[in-house]
Amino acid sequence: MNQKTQVQIQCTTIVSLTRTHVSYEIKDDVAIIRINDPNSKVNTLSVQLQQEMTEVMNEVLGNEAVKSAVLISSKPGCFIAGADINMIQACGTAEKVSSLSSEGQKMFERVEKSPIPIVAAINGSCLGGGLEFAIACRYRIATKNKKTVLGTPEVMLGLLPGAGGTQRLPKMVGLPSAFDMMLTGRNIRADKAKKMGLVDQLVDTLGPGLKGPEERTIEYLEEVAVGVARGLADKKVPMTKTKKIQEYVMGFEFVRNQVYKTVNNKVMKQTKGLYPAPMKIIECVKAGIEQGPDAGYLAESQNFGKLAMTSESRALIGLYHGQVACKKNRFGVPDREVKTLAILGAGLMGAGIAQVTVDKGVNTILKDTTVEGLSRGQQQVYKGLNDRVKKRSLTSFERDSILSKLTGQLDYGGFEKADMVVEAVFEDLNIKHAVLKEVEAVIPPHCIFATNTSALPIKDIAAASKRPDKVIGMHYFSPVDKMQLLEIITTDKTSRDTTASAVAVGLKQGKVIIVVGDGPGFYTTRCLAPMLAEAVRVLQEGVDPKKLDTLTTGFGFPVGAATLADEVGIDVAAHVAEDLGKAFGSRFGGGNVELLKTMVEKGFKGRKSGKGCYIYQPGLKRKDINPEIEEILERFKMTPHPTVSSDSDVQYRLVTRFVNEAVLCLQEGILNNPVEGDIGAVFGLGFPPCLGGPFRYVDSFGADKIVEKMRRFEDVYGNQFTPCQLLLDHAKDPSKRFHK
Amino acid sequence: TFVFRMFNIVLVDGVRTPFLLSGTSYSDLMPHDLGRGALQGLLNRTGVPKEIVDHIIYGIVIQEVKTSNVAREAALGAGFSDKTPAHTVTMACISSNQAMTSAVGLIAAGQCDVVVAGGVEFMSDVPIRHSRKMRKTMLSLNKAKTLGQRLSLLGSIRMGHLMPELPAVAEFSTAESMGHSADRLAAAFGVTRVEQDEYALRSHRLAKKAQDEGLLSDIISFQVPGKNIISADNGIRPTSMEQMGKLKPAFVKPHGTVTAANSSFLTDGASAVLIMSEEKALALGYKPKAYLRDFVYVSQDPKDQLLLGPTYATPKVLEKSGLTMEDIDVFEFHEAFAGQIVANLKAMDSDWFAQNCMGRKSKVGVPPMEKFNTWGGSLSLGHPFAATGCRLVTTVAHRLQKEGGQYGVVAACAAGGQVFLPKYTYAQLARADTEYSRGATVQVFLVHSFGLFSVHVLCMKMTMCKSVQKHF
Repeated sequence: MNQKTQVQIQCTTIVSLTRTHVSYEIKDDVAIIRINDPNSKVNTLSVQLQQEMTEVMNEVLGNEAVKSAVLISSKPGCFIAGADINMIQACGTAEKVSSLSSEGQKMFERVEKSPIPIVAAINGSCLGGGLEFAIACRYRIATKNKKTVLGTPEVMLGLLPGAGGTQRLPKMVGLPSAFDMMLTGRNIRADKAKKMGLVDQLVDTLGPGLKGPEERTIEYLEEVAVGVARGLADKKVPMTKTKKIQEYVMGFEFVRNQVYKTVNNKVMKQTKGLYPAPMKIIECVKAGIEQGPDAGYLAESQNFGKLAMTSESRALIGLYHGQVACKKNRFGVPDREVKTLAILGAGLMGAGIAQVTVDKGVNTILKDTTVEGLSRGQQQVYKGLNDRVKKRSLTSFERDSILSKLTGQLDYGGFEKADMVVEAVFEDLNIKHAVLKEVEAVIPPHCIFATNTSALPIKDIAAASKRPDKVIGMHYFSPVDKMQLLEIITTDKTSRDTTASAVAVGLKQGKVIIVVGDGPGFYTTRCLAPMLAEAVRVLQEGVDPKKLDTLTTGFGFPVGAATLADEVGIDVAAHVAEDLGKAFGSRFGGGNVELLKTMVEKGFKGRKSGKGCYIYQPGLKRKDINPEIEEILERFKMTPHPTVSSDSDVQYRLVTRFVNEAVLCLQEGILNNPVEGDIGAVFGLGFPPCLGGPFRYVDSFGADKIVEKMRRFEDVYGNQFTPCQLLLDHAKDPSKRFHK
Repeated sequence: TFVFRMFNIVLVDGVRTPFLLSGTSYSDLMPHDLGRGALQGLLNRTGVPKEIVDHIIYGIVIQEVKTSNVAREAALGAGFSDKTPAHTVTMACISSNQAMTSAVGLIAAGQCDVVVAGGVEFMSDVPIRHSRKMRKTMLSLNKAKTLGQRLSLLGSIRMGHLMPELPAVAEFSTAESMGHSADRLAAAFGVTRVEQDEYALRSHRLAKKAQDEGLLSDIISFQVPGKNIISADNGIRPTSMEQMGKLKPAFVKPHGTVTAANSSFLTDGASAVLIMSEEKALALGYKPKAYLRDFVYVSQDPKDQLLLGPTYATPKVLEKSGLTMEDIDVFEFHEAFAGQIVANLKAMDSDWFAQNCMGRKSKVGVPPMEKFNTWGGSLSLGHPFAATGCRLVTTVAHRLQKEGGQYGVVAACAAGGQVFLPKYTYAQLARADTEYSRGATVQVFLVHSFGLFSVHVLCMKMTMCKSVQKHF
């Protein structure tokens, strides 16, 4: 053993005292500061953590023997996941949130200006406040772990990086990349972060050795970071050089102005001005660069406070919490894990389900009735995975190894081993019954039969089953690999274990799940139908599809109503409108179903047939209104009522019908709770995220105001606008709220 | 009918050409030239009548496209009978182990009595292809009928078409180079740079000693056509810890621990062994050098356990034959990287690893260093991928004779570093024996697994222009 290591061992002191979240150890002349929240799987910048961190910083910086420091998390898979959202929400006023922000700024300023070099050693998620902490450090080392992601997701919560992020990030990665990060909130993998200059050095993840892989990887990261910290203190490790060309270009004011302008236009185009956070982010960055750091930091803390008080931020934070809640299985652990899943029908939906299942290591059988159909479906799965290879999130070897678990076939071979069958065949009760009987003849007794339908009541399908307790509805949204929502429908005969198993499969597939009761259209389709019926009426009243789209997107829907109908398929819309019209009567009326039917007859089935409300030409992004539809609209023309036909009235007609139906679903017990209602509407149907879902919208906008508007429309159109009892109750008593 | 013959299989003798750093004296040859040298040397040394050789099996990793069945080309050129069938095998760095065990299989199955096995690797020249786009254009050009078609095809050639495609230096399944994997393995087991340099230095010193004392008697001289006679390995370079300490890491930068000095280097060389049924050998009046008793191949996860084959295979073959570590007199492990050897030794000494990764109750146990690679190893002698296996087996036989032991074990790790290689790590175990003269039963176990594409990367990189480097 050489002299140096001896010294090192002698000097190692572990300082813990009574702190629970932050501890440190001094090895030779390097302080290793370790973060570990004992009460959670992730570290968040909570009050306690910040307090302890300040104490530790004081001690470390006050210790003359310490020449450098390393900041590391002891948790596998998480560095710091961000600020504690509850802490921000608990503030109550903009001033309090602003002061929280400026405290954070001060803490990180101290880190940045620290006389000794501080190295951030990052393994796992480094997000929001965690990233702001890391970029205040002198040097960043990250592991190549798949869980290591860096990002500023604040914008997705209607906030901005409030602890110096808007000021430091542009300096670190350049103006364009900083805007991209802060305005999209996307996660950046370690290798990309290295290329961007966000981290200075990468460390490999390790396999098993003398300890478990995760434990050893963190230890290794620490060893490397300690070496770098010492090297920085001794000036043996050079600081990473910045990109000179970009810096030079950004030195010109007119170039910067051009960047601000472009970013501004892009944001306005995408948000329609409905989301205040992106604009504020641009404002803060601009203030810092153009007027100096003092103005920048001030703008950042003040805007952070303002944003925290906006209804948009509350709505988005509500969605975040809701999403977390809908990622849990409230039905417990199922008796059996689904290891083999069979899918009937290799169409868009079936193949999509196969894709999100097979890549989770589940043996997947994809069955169709024709070779052509099967081949198309398998090709879709391959393409989905291969796109990930192109994006480098998967290697070609991993792709092949995943696909080895997919079996495409035309017969029922292997179904005797299936733990769950998901059928995605044509939406026709007779076909579904035939399939159900065929499948029940070959599957083992424990196997669950899930039916993927958007409108047929599950109990009608289950009527043909010998074991209705094993029948459940699983309503996926197209495209399955992109849409996060899964609506699970239980009948009163569905067993709890069947539900638990379906939820477990959905969670494995990465879905956000709502579990709703059975009934025509369940929850999502049922809410969408009246809105689409209203959209058809609006078209009949002479508003063209483009204008209709502008009105809906202007309200915050990501996709316009006409485009949505084309995407869903006009035939499907007609089918659903007719089915639900029968079930619910005149309340689901409005537009004339015959209009949709005529479109279908003419072959205008939407995007899939190349024509719908619009014309779709391959390779062409621009959409033109289908000229032939005008003649149909002319045939079904209705006279608009001037009192309820202003742009704003049209928007409210569409939205209030949606909202009222959602509230009625809760009233009737189709929905279990308002949280699932909001999540289902936003993630499945694109209800404006800035409004947080129909229930949060009622809370924030006021049930009384909605009722008032509906009454006005009711006078013209009748019972389609009659508010439901629960909505009336809320209107009468303002203290009643869906969300606390 | 198939009769499985339960009798002894013996190693009559083994030879090899000197192993040279690639790009040195052998640089103008072709792979089969070196293979010819080894096979001719075996004929000369053993005096085996060529008409009694039933079969020839030869290994190679980086294939020369002109001699895809290099076994046949080398055998014909070496003067073997044109009536003797020959085939080529490939299994990364244990290709000649595969050749030997295939030979054992042929004899055991009653197909053959006398088999020649061996392997060759020639890294001074590797096939560098045109890009896929260019190949496609050139193939279409063959089929083009009119001048116009030809011109339009020629006109479609762009700068990108001209980018050459080098043999992949990364594991196909994981896209990780062997050296990078070795560095991660060393880190996983906490193997320090100093430990690696010390082990590499030991290898070079022991090799130098063995060379000076004339122990490397498996070497046969090779006359490079039109040039001088080569009779010694040229990669043995015992330096000092200080010198080695100066090198920068070759793969994981800047904090890695695997360097050019503690890795095996790109090597040209060939080897060959003569394997017979004991009955036949005795009838021909030979005094065989060892029994080949048993072997095992294992494979693991190609990402994190790529180079750990010896740890997995050694206890398996010992248990199979009812022996323990203590019974073994001679260990010959292939040294892909010093870090890989030290990591394997640590793995064998770890209860945690045995319990969590191998499903064993307790650790495998470490071979005593005084019995371990005492005449140098791949780090110092060199590692022509497909030739190393025969060197290891012949060395065990010679060491057993020289040191008077009874049992020996060979272990080597292998991987797929090239597109045509197997996807998983293999370790193979075989046992051989010696000591006919003393009448005692001496056994050798061969454990193999891995190879090493590592330093290749390094050397190739140095000679490559910058634009090509971006490929890696």
